[in-house]
Amino acid sequence: MREPTGPPSVTSGVPLLEVDEVSVRFGAIQALDRVSLEIERGEIVAIIGPNGAGKTTLLNVVSGFYHPSEGRIRFEGRDRTRLRPYDVAALGVARTFQNVALFKGMSVLDNIMTGRLLKMRGSFLLEALYWGPAMQQELLHRAFVERIIDFLEIEAIRKAGAGTLPYGLQKRVELARALAAEPKLLLLDEPMAGMNVEEKEDMCRFILGVNDEFGTTIALIEHDMSVVMDISDRVIALDYGRKIADGRPEEVRADQGVIDAYLGVSHA
Amino acid sequence: MLELLYGVFVGPVKDMVTGPAFLAEVVIGGLAAGLMYSLVALGFVLIYKASGVFNFAQGVMVLFAALTLVGLMERGAPLVLALLVTMAVMGALAFAIERVVLRPLVNQEQIILFMATIGLNFFLEGFGELVWGSNVKKLDVGIPDSSFVVWGVQVNRLELTAAITAAVLVAGMAIFFQRTRIGRALRAVADDHEAALSIGIPLNTIWVVVWSAAGLVAIVAGIMWGAKSGVQFSLSLIALKALPVLILGGFTSVPGAIVGGLIIGVGEKLAEVYWGPLVGGAIENWFAYVLALAFLLVRPQGLFGERIIERV
Repeated sequence: MREPTGPPSVTSGVPLLEVDEVSVRFGAIQALDRVSLEIERGEIVAIIGPNGAGKTTLLNVVSGFYHPSEGRIRFEGRDRTRLRPYDVAALGVARTFQNVALFKGMSVLDNIMTGRLLKMRGSFLLEALYWGPAMQQELLHRAFVERIIDFLEIEAIRKAGAGTLPYGLQKRVELARALAAEPKLLLLDEPMAGMNVEEKEDMCRFILGVNDEFGTTIALIEHDMSVVMDISDRVIALDYGRKIADGRPEEVRADQGVIDAYLGVSHA
Repeated sequence: MLELLYGVFVGPVKDMVTGPAFLAEVVIGGLAAGLMYSLVALGFVLIYKASGVFNFAQGVMVLFAALTLVGLMERGAPLVLALLVTMAVMGALAFAIERVVLRPLVNQEQIILFMATIGLNFFLEGFGELVWGSNVKKLDVGIPDSSFVVWGVQVNRLELTAAITAAVLVAGMAIFFQRTRIGRALRAVADDHEAALSIGIPLNTIWVVVWSAAGLVAIVAGIMWGAKSGVQFSLSLIALKALPVLILGGFTSVPGAIVGGLIIGVGEKLAEVYWGPLVGGAIENWFAYVLALAFLLVRPQGLFGERIIERV
């Protein structure tokens, strides 16, 4: 784990993520329409917008699940428009899903350990025998995972089957698995959906903590505006696949276009 | 009436108790056959778990592996070399299947992938016969098909070797899939494709590994069955026997495939020997299917399968 980093350095030049004029079409539906945005190192960026605005599509494009019909995506300055999800993960982008995607048949610990897969090296034979360097490696990764477990306060459930947990905890385990990969960019798709107030507060605390302690850059989709206002450095609003606002939370909240998108406006 | 009840419930049990050595022989024969069923079923389970594809071609893969091995040996290759080449061929086959069949069909309905494996089935059958010929071939692995006696029980050398090989293979695979990084990745893929992709597991590589493992299982099954009854088209039909094993054990469970195979192997031998005379024999041919049918009614997910609960 890294030492706590200071505020994001503005001078580092290239943004961590650049989305440049990206469009995604599904048949006749224009899910994203020439969206451009940048995410700087160390930021927490919230992506908001009404249902069907293209928020999840944007996340899917960035994480390689969809490929843009037009436009480019750059990560750390390098073009990676057409990478596949596992290549993107190898670059240091981790994500969670709107409907929790845990390995339900595995224990919480095993789930989080899968997040370390990309960090593991070595011989299969030694691994099978659980001997020598392989054992050392396993223990090292295990120690790292335990720190994440401590951090997210899920010690009590580490042996439980992931599928048996209540929804709020499943979301937390999914976050733990994403963190285990030590991502540079963490994409969270509605991390607080379906949670009660208390669980939301916990999740906010964890998201801020991750950003603070690991220096992880975070982009999240969220509907709860009070949460968005509380934790994000910047807010990007989408509507009908287009970016309609991008700025500090209070600016975006006051933006007439955003208010119209949410409340509806009569196009007289 | 009384005679019938006696014949069904009392007679067979009395026979078992009075002739323990013979009973042991029947059970051993059943276990040996059962392990073979387990092996074929294991090939199905591996692929089904990792890719959700019911591989109709598993039986033909057994035939194809055996044909390749025998074909190479007929051309003068020693057993070990032929075996290595066959393994390479099955690996190449896995690679080709991933490229040509699975990759273009990714995210399609399960039924479409299933249809694709039916196509694969016909292709492999034709291709195998085209290359190696369609006549029945004898496979000699150097183990005599003869018996020795332990504590008054006859044990067949070939069956014993087959059983030990199968057991070692199964144990090896269990360790590989439990302990190694690839094993963990494979279980992850089996559980949730999307999540597996998001943590950086290359799905395509996993598929090649899994189909290669299924190919390896097919080689062993092919050698054992081939050594017993010759390498011929009917080898591919043992896949049919794997179906009831899967229903019994559950499609997603490796231990289920093994236990299911043993239960069916032993069950059909016992039924044949002790209850066969009552109905004029040939129970062995349908016993497995009737048992599977009964299971479908009572416990459709099988002994070890995951219970599927769907919200409606």
